[in-house]
Amino acid sequence: MASVLLVLGLPLASFLAIALVRPLRRRGRAAGWVGITAMIVALAEALRTWLGSTRGTVILPWLPGDGGPMATVGLLLDDLSAPMLVLVTLVSLLVQMYSLAYLHDEPMPSLGRYYAYQSLFAFSMLGLVLSPTYLQMFVFWELVGLCSYLLIGYWYTRPAAARAALKAFWTTKLGDLGFIAGIVMLWSATGTFEFDALFRMAREQTLPLEGLATIMFLIYLGAAGKSAQFPLHVWLPDAMEGPTPVSALIHAATMVTAGVFLVARSEPLFVLVPGVLALIARVGAFTALLAATMACVESDIKRVLAYSTISQLGFMMAAAGAGAPDAGFFHLLTHGVFKALLFLGAGAVIHAVGTNDIFRMGGLWRVMPQTGVIFIVGTLALAGVWPLAGFFSKEAILAGVWAGGRSGVFVVLALTAFLTAFYMFRVVFITFFGHGHPHGEAHPHEPPWLMRGPLWLLAVLTVAIGLRFAIGGGGEHHPPGWLAALSLALAAGGFGLAWAMYGARWIPVEAVRRPLAVIDFLARRRYFLDAIYGAIYRGVMLGFARLIGWIDRYLVDGLLNVASAGTLRAGDALRRIQSGQAQDYVYGVAFGVLFLFVLAQWWRTP
Amino acid sequence: MVADPMRGVPVLSIITWAPFVGALLIMFTARHRPLAVRLIALVTTSISAALSLWIFLAYEREAAGFQFYERVPLVPPLGISYELGVDGMSLLMVLLTSVIIVAGVFASWTVPLRSQEFYALLLALVTGVYGVFCSLDLVVFFLFYELAVLPMYLLIGIWGSTGEVRPRGIFAWAYRETGVGTKEYAAMKLTLYLLFGSAFILVGILALYVNAGAASFSFLDLEAVTFDFAVQRWVFLAFYVGFGILAGIWPLHTWSPDGHASAPTAVSMLHAGVLMKLGAYGVIRLGMGLLPEGAVDLAWLVGGIACINVVYGALSAMAQVDLKYVVAYSSVSHMGLVMLGAATLTEAGLNGAVFQMFAHGVMTGLFFALVGLVYEKAHSREIFKMGGFGTMMPGIATAFTIGGLSSLGLPGTAGFVAELLTFMGAWRSDHQWWLVPAVLGTLLTAIYVLRVVAQIFWGPPSVHVHDLRDARGPEWVAIVLLVFVLVLFGATPWLALGPVDTATVPLLSRIVSP
Repeated sequence: MASVLLVLGLPLASFLAIALVRPLRRRGRAAGWVGITAMIVALAEALRTWLGSTRGTVILPWLPGDGGPMATVGLLLDDLSAPMLVLVTLVSLLVQMYSLAYLHDEPMPSLGRYYAYQSLFAFSMLGLVLSPTYLQMFVFWELVGLCSYLLIGYWYTRPAAARAALKAFWTTKLGDLGFIAGIVMLWSATGTFEFDALFRMAREQTLPLEGLATIMFLIYLGAAGKSAQFPLHVWLPDAMEGPTPVSALIHAATMVTAGVFLVARSEPLFVLVPGVLALIARVGAFTALLAATMACVESDIKRVLAYSTISQLGFMMAAAGAGAPDAGFFHLLTHGVFKALLFLGAGAVIHAVGTNDIFRMGGLWRVMPQTGVIFIVGTLALAGVWPLAGFFSKEAILAGVWAGGRSGVFVVLALTAFLTAFYMFRVVFITFFGHGHPHGEAHPHEPPWLMRGPLWLLAVLTVAIGLRFAIGGGGEHHPPGWLAALSLALAAGGFGLAWAMYGARWIPVEAVRRPLAVIDFLARRRYFLDAIYGAIYRGVMLGFARLIGWIDRYLVDGLLNVASAGTLRAGDALRRIQSGQAQDYVYGVAFGVLFLFVLAQWWRTP
Repeated sequence: MVADPMRGVPVLSIITWAPFVGALLIMFTARHRPLAVRLIALVTTSISAALSLWIFLAYEREAAGFQFYERVPLVPPLGISYELGVDGMSLLMVLLTSVIIVAGVFASWTVPLRSQEFYALLLALVTGVYGVFCSLDLVVFFLFYELAVLPMYLLIGIWGSTGEVRPRGIFAWAYRETGVGTKEYAAMKLTLYLLFGSAFILVGILALYVNAGAASFSFLDLEAVTFDFAVQRWVFLAFYVGFGILAGIWPLHTWSPDGHASAPTAVSMLHAGVLMKLGAYGVIRLGMGLLPEGAVDLAWLVGGIACINVVYGALSAMAQVDLKYVVAYSSVSHMGLVMLGAATLTEAGLNGAVFQMFAHGVMTGLFFALVGLVYEKAHSREIFKMGGFGTMMPGIATAFTIGGLSSLGLPGTAGFVAELLTFMGAWRSDHQWWLVPAVLGTLLTAIYVLRVVAQIFWGPPSVHVHDLRDARGPEWVAIVLLVFVLVLFGATPWLALGPVDTATVPLLSRIVSP
């Protein structure tokens, strides 16, 4: 486990060094190299761990309690966390290298801050996947959320970035309330947060089933927030306000998949509550389709990729819900690689032309052919074309869903697969082959080697993983033959339609849009969800807060001030009795005696 | 056993009285020498701080119970004695007091006006606070309690700042007559409220004394007595109201926002950071410790009100436009979490309550220190006149963000551990629904805190302010100390919870099986 500790410790050390050593922080590039060096060693150790045979758990007490610790922390290395270590360190490393070139115009102190956040993120994400308890997972779960918030808001002087960061934090926090409540309830029922103990109870059927459905639903809420499942997906497209490498790392390859990881990790508990699993599958499929429709009408290249990420997360969740979490996890890994590739490729394009709008690009194939090839490799993988990585993982999901007997979910996912190929090739045709508009002053060029290196590496990996499965077979999965044909047909159909509309322009866009006017209208407005949430936040939440604030200030405190002012007035009135004139006092004494006399008489009469 | 060099030394007395000696020294030797005033304050509070760290480390957890015990009979016929001792719970509170006062001395290094009186009163107040946490005799406890409350009147009335409250609504006449918004109003309101509470406490203490046979005011003696149910009930209620006012229970909390907003930086830090904890500590130590059946009987009330505090305080904080009021209302909300944790009457919940006292004390101390700095540099507390300060004061922005994250219960900070334990306790208590407002409170906190952070530090630089500077010299010491403590206890909560658990478990065992 020593090498695991090293994998976890190096990014932390790098974070502490950059955050606490001021001269290092002020020299952003140096900080960058510190982070990169730490990640290179961490990646090497992660690879060694993954290929090695050491697996196991370490548990240490964290919260003391009467008769044994109330909560524990530790490390859990198994076949779920080991490949995640490699994915996280690999993408982190590549993104950190890429960022050094991508953010070369940033002031040095800002760059130092950026690398501090990046290192903290790598540490937190690694801590998350290595968690042996729900509680520790939640701890790191929130920390990756924090890094996401900080990195989305990296350009904090831009109001849009500030808004997006808040939106991301609040939306995921909403889901996290469910997560924390769920694990607290689970602890209350079982007395432990540890996976091992809980799963053993589940196996031995000693787990109290009463209320388990509620608990697992609440835990799923956390996963839904982080993995951008409907209706908590709204933050992810806005998160694109952060620097593009951040989107590649956090909002495509690693953090957003934490929800899928959580569901996969909790499988022994989720299988006990089939109702929740069915919900997960349906919501996943619905999310996949919904996001795909929005991707089809989006003109911001990063947002297309963001919707695509939401859609693919829907695929993974659907698989996990349909009883094939390993297929979902497989897709998580391959998607992490090629989606990072696509984002970094998009970053290279944005870097070159200075805009996110695909309709202001065009003909980039001629000026940046390397980027074009790389982007098309990613697109083919995402569309699920044999023999690239995405083909196998998507096929595994479809096979798993089919085997799980969820035909409705299967149909929706198949339709989404078609749309996926369509919207990705739409981007490719418009950006790289379209006639586009003039680029203005920008002179597009291939990115520098520090950006191109990671891109090529990811492209090669995408192909290599695919070839590994094309040659070596799919392992335990033996999907029916017709499924491969269907997958390819869907991808080809999407490609064909995109080519016909945006490549060869045989079909005018209007001809397709008109029959689908309703969906087009809604998708362009994000199905009004953002507007509704905005109204709830501004109207209900802030309105209610203002009401309470008013009540507190002018009613609760008002009554107090009335009492106080009343006392002052009463005192003032009584003060007038003390006139200082002797005859007034004599009158007073006389009336007093008279009053007492009458009172005494009245008292005596029976 | 290793020979103990401190054996026989009255450590708790030194901790308690060192600041008071400092106050006397300041008044009699350091008049009109501002630097000497600050150095005396720093040295005397540092002595207390170093010793409180020492007792924190030297406390024997296996033995538990009250340690570093001292006793000097004062009025033997009445059973009054000067009796000090700390257990795991008061240990943490003493440490909190030390952290806050040392940070407070550094944070108010630049108080310009009449600094010797300011520091003298501040130090006298701190002696009162230490005394409350250390004393085991109820009369001495009460005297220290009053000593901690009264200097506040002068500290706010003289060195405070006047805010702006527009008299509106049907009670506007009352607002004009009482002078709402002025520092004098705030000082008077705070003092009257707290003295009103003291009356309940005194009655409660005397009731216990008489019912126990009028022989001793010692906590240890009274603890051994089982009071009648009716006595338990009514006295618990008296303690709850009396101490609860200081803990900011709804609807008796409105002194706190006005008081904290008007008070100068170090006083806000100390008051919100430590004094409000005296209230919660009193409810737990005297209320639950001496009156277990009363506590069980009224737990529904304590917890129910606490739930209102959590949500109501957070919503009120969201509605504020003055930065100090935001922080003050967040204290109302967080003190609700403290009381909620205590009301669960579970091990997790009570540990959470004590830990929350500590965590909130440090984070709110940090907040008020930073608000003071922002105010000093920007000359405004109005949130919507600020913006984009992050580029000009990155250090303050970072520290404020960390404080905010602790406030919303982000893991890695002390706030998370406290909230987690409170949630765990709430769901294990007899009133499971308490979990809902508790969890909701964290969401509301996330909204108002991050909104404020974004408004003040993010966005394009505001046009209203120019030439802002980051924190400097002594101010850094305060900020770094508080941030360090927040993160340290967030990452390694067992440091604090180990001793706390030794105090809460026996307390609960009396409650569960009286």
